[in-house]
Amino acid sequence: MKKLVNYTQILRSKNAGPLFITFDLIFSGSDEMEYVLKRLKRSDVALAYGIDEKEIDIIAYKVVNSIKITFPRLNISGSLCDTDIYGCQMHMPLANIEI
Amino acid sequence: MKIVALCGLLGYGYSEEALRIAFSEKVDYLGVDAGSTDPGPYYLGSGKSFTDRAAVKRDISLALPLALEHKAPFIIGTAGGAGSCSHVEWLREIIFEVAREQGLHFKLGTIYSDVTKEYVMEKLNSGKIRNLSEHFPLTHEAVEESERIVSQVGVAPFIKLLSEGVDVIVSGRACDTAIYAAPCIMKGYDAGLAFHMAKIMECGAMCSEPVAAADVMQAYIYDDHFELRPANPARRCTIGRVAAHTLYEQSNPYLIFEPDGVCDLTHSEFVQKDERTVSVTGSLFKEAETKTLKLEGVKRSGYRTICPATVYDPLTVEKFPEIVKTVNAFVKENTQKTLPENSYTVNYKTSGGAESSLGVVIDVVGKTQEIADTVCALIRSRMLHCDYEGRKSTAGNLAFPFSPSDIHVGEVYEFSVFHIAEVDSLLETSEFTVEEV
Repeated sequence: MKKLVNYTQILRSKNAGPLFITFDLIFSGSDEMEYVLKRLKRSDVALAYGIDEKEIDIIAYKVVNSIKITFPRLNISGSLCDTDIYGCQMHMPLANIEI
Repeated sequence: MKIVALCGLLGYGYSEEALRIAFSEKVDYLGVDAGSTDPGPYYLGSGKSFTDRAAVKRDISLALPLALEHKAPFIIGTAGGAGSCSHVEWLREIIFEVAREQGLHFKLGTIYSDVTKEYVMEKLNSGKIRNLSEHFPLTHEAVEESERIVSQVGVAPFIKLLSEGVDVIVSGRACDTAIYAAPCIMKGYDAGLAFHMAKIMECGAMCSEPVAAADVMQAYIYDDHFELRPANPARRCTIGRVAAHTLYEQSNPYLIFEPDGVCDLTHSEFVQKDERTVSVTGSLFKEAETKTLKLEGVKRSGYRTICPATVYDPLTVEKFPEIVKTVNAFVKENTQKTLPENSYTVNYKTSGGAESSLGVVIDVVGKTQEIADTVCALIRSRMLHCDYEGRKSTAGNLAFPFSPSDIHVGEVYEFSVFHIAEVDSLLETSEFTVEEV
């Protein structure tokens, strides 16, 4: 068991517009990507962010050995309780998921 | 045809030498994006830019004379950061200033893309609004509360002005892609290639390595492919960088949604043409039956006063949730007879705390600045001296980094509209002016 971040070359989060957050996981090779793609559970992502599993999109983008994860932001960008306007520091709960 | 992107965002800067290299061969169009919703709703609400005026002026003052000299129309999208009329005027004024100082003369086309509340209400009432997220449905109340609403226009208004022979375009809120795709589509190039190329170009040299939003990027579009090569010889485009760029800030790496339709990258192929150049083929465009424009609006939620502080004592950190409860009850009791009901919102924005010090920003948004001040001051003083069981540091709970401790942030805006509107014409929200400068 290793944390997800240890499999990736790049692991980042960013708004896809103010209503959605998107995560890019880029791997150094296709083996690492396939390994994680098979084992990353939607339910773990849902648990890490307190959201409904059905709202999570997980898309493999094999051209650059990457996986994209997108779901709606709980607090939209700039709402009164938001603490990350650009959404670029929201990746840690994902990074810490055990694979 | 050669298209040059000045940089990822007007005001972020670029290498002057790289720009000269880009113009050492024929350039057909020069473009730059000047805005984004990334910095949040404040800028659209306040009419201010998140970019700095002096930096924007510097970026224009080097590029504008070069573009005019080479007869390459200079296209600027989402002026002033958020692209409302106030933002467009702000940028136009900078352009007039540069023109006066350098004695430049040109034909300037301006696109305004603000919409009225009545326009949005009409769309809502006739069932022509689509929600992007089901958590954020559009309501009549949200439209009514909106301070400013803009539409994000696509290529259509740019094509209209380019075909009228303008030398410079300043546009209100626009798709980043429209800046670079419009001239290609106008000249008859494939829309799939044009939009894909534009999607990569809009961030400047972000698709190169070393990566930089703040540098010049070049695209060459042909009938069956396009090529990308950074102008700065110190950078190179790689397949990895170029392909990865379609991941960035997009909810789906295969689809780019545009007002005119959708660009499908499922069959795109990337080839390393030479050390610094990547060639792309196979991107397809599928025109939508119903054309759409995204609407962005903000409402004013009040006025903000904040107080940042740090708690270093682990005992206090441990008791912090309890302290917050005590403070909130105290503030409620001490304001219930003097402040109107629901006239303020409090958030404690914290970081750290588990095994280290706790950073906290006491964040108060009031219906007026005075209310925010009153509540923030009450919280700050009560929290500073709040007692708890086993307390040893009885002189105070908070380390303030500043005097004054409380800071006026001013007006607070939140997104009220972020929705898709079905339109009869992709020009229906645009207003134009064309003038000789």
